[in-house]
Amino acid sequence: MTASEAPTTALGAGPGFVVQLDAFSGPLDLLLHLLREEQLEIADIPIARIADQFLHAIHDLGLNQAADYLDMASRLVRLKAQMLLPRRSEDDGWEDPRAELVRRLLEYQQIREIAVWMGRAAERRAEQFARGYLPPPPALPPPPLTLDLLELLQAVERVVVAIPTPVLHRVIARPLDVESATRRIEALLDQRAEFGWLDALGPRPGIVDLLSTLLALLELAKRGALRLTQPAPFSPMVIARDPARATA
Amino acid sequence: MTPLAQLLEAALFSAARPLTVEELSTLEPDANLADVRMALEQIREHYDFEQHGVELAEMAGGFQILTRPIHAAAIERAQFSVRAPKLTAAALETLAVIAYRQPVGRAEIEEIRGVSAGGVLRSLQERGLIEVVGRSEALGRPLLYGTAPMFLDLLGMRDLADLPRAEELTIALQPHRAEQEGEDDAAAYVEAES
Repeated sequence: MTASEAPTTALGAGPGFVVQLDAFSGPLDLLLHLLREEQLEIADIPIARIADQFLHAIHDLGLNQAADYLDMASRLVRLKAQMLLPRRSEDDGWEDPRAELVRRLLEYQQIREIAVWMGRAAERRAEQFARGYLPPPPALPPPPLTLDLLELLQAVERVVVAIPTPVLHRVIARPLDVESATRRIEALLDQRAEFGWLDALGPRPGIVDLLSTLLALLELAKRGALRLTQPAPFSPMVIARDPARATA
Repeated sequence: MTPLAQLLEAALFSAARPLTVEELSTLEPDANLADVRMALEQIREHYDFEQHGVELAEMAGGFQILTRPIHAAAIERAQFSVRAPKLTAAALETLAVIAYRQPVGRAEIEEIRGVSAGGVLRSLQERGLIEVVGRSEALGRPLLYGTAPMFLDLLGMRDLADLPRAEELTIALQPHRAEQEGEDDAAAYVEAES
């Protein structure tokens, strides 16, 4: 028991124990490493201890963001709990909850071996240069598209969705400012008995001012505040005080 | 060397990729495949016997003239050529799963390796080492990956049969789920490649 506890304490010692995250290609790799460290059989993993070590290791590694490691951590914790459940020793129906993990570890170990073999083969091959050998370009052209109609339509959908719906502007014309035009005309009428309608326009008149002035003129004429006369066809309109009002 | 051997040597010298026996046989209408193989053997013996700096290598289903490994360091030092960059452990593991389980989907690769594989798959595909070989009938019709001819070149293998044999890899090759269809596909694919 003391022997088996020693490595755990060594792990717990912290500062001296540095695990390089880059050294592991995943949670299974880390598990295999922990098992190898303590020369434990994959087939008979002491789940409780390994689970603790795994959690400790990923804590040290600062892997809290790495979902893959967390996924394995949660599996281990669940296994640990399952192993703690009491069972009758003669129970034949009992299935070792570790079986799935053991199978995965063995399978992964095999893949690792092949990967190592392949790495060596690739290294040997890299020692030989072919005629016309060119360094592999940093980025090869993307592989040819393989998609069916549905995917294409879905892709189109995604693109179309990204296009913002055109913002339709409701153009509301600036309301005609008849009141100020009326005031302006009335002021003019006070000063002059008669003037051209162009004088009634304010400075730098826009289309709105023009229309406002026109409406004001018509309104005032209707009220009898002024008189509109046109000396000759197509000649400028002449605005004059209404004689009745003028005398008043 | 016979005229045919000389012709084949010239063709192999000019090519930047392995040439198959079938391709080489188109050089000379009168030569059959056996003649080509014999001429190739003559070239190989010639290079070996005369201790040439190059050798005739058989790989990726064809033949290619390669420099001998002993000269690699000097050539690289002089910057006439550079070694292909090493693959990462993640890339090699992913390649290993694909090589043995092909055609295989991303989910199975991730299940075996215990990590997400999206980025690795993309870079392997960009390097031309794997390719999409089909779609699974499973939900979502995920893409299935297989090794590309470049994979054989990478490892200097003649064909996929050069991988460590199935019997030596009892566990990795045992389908752990009832995936009879998938396994049959994998077998068919391997045969088609070789």
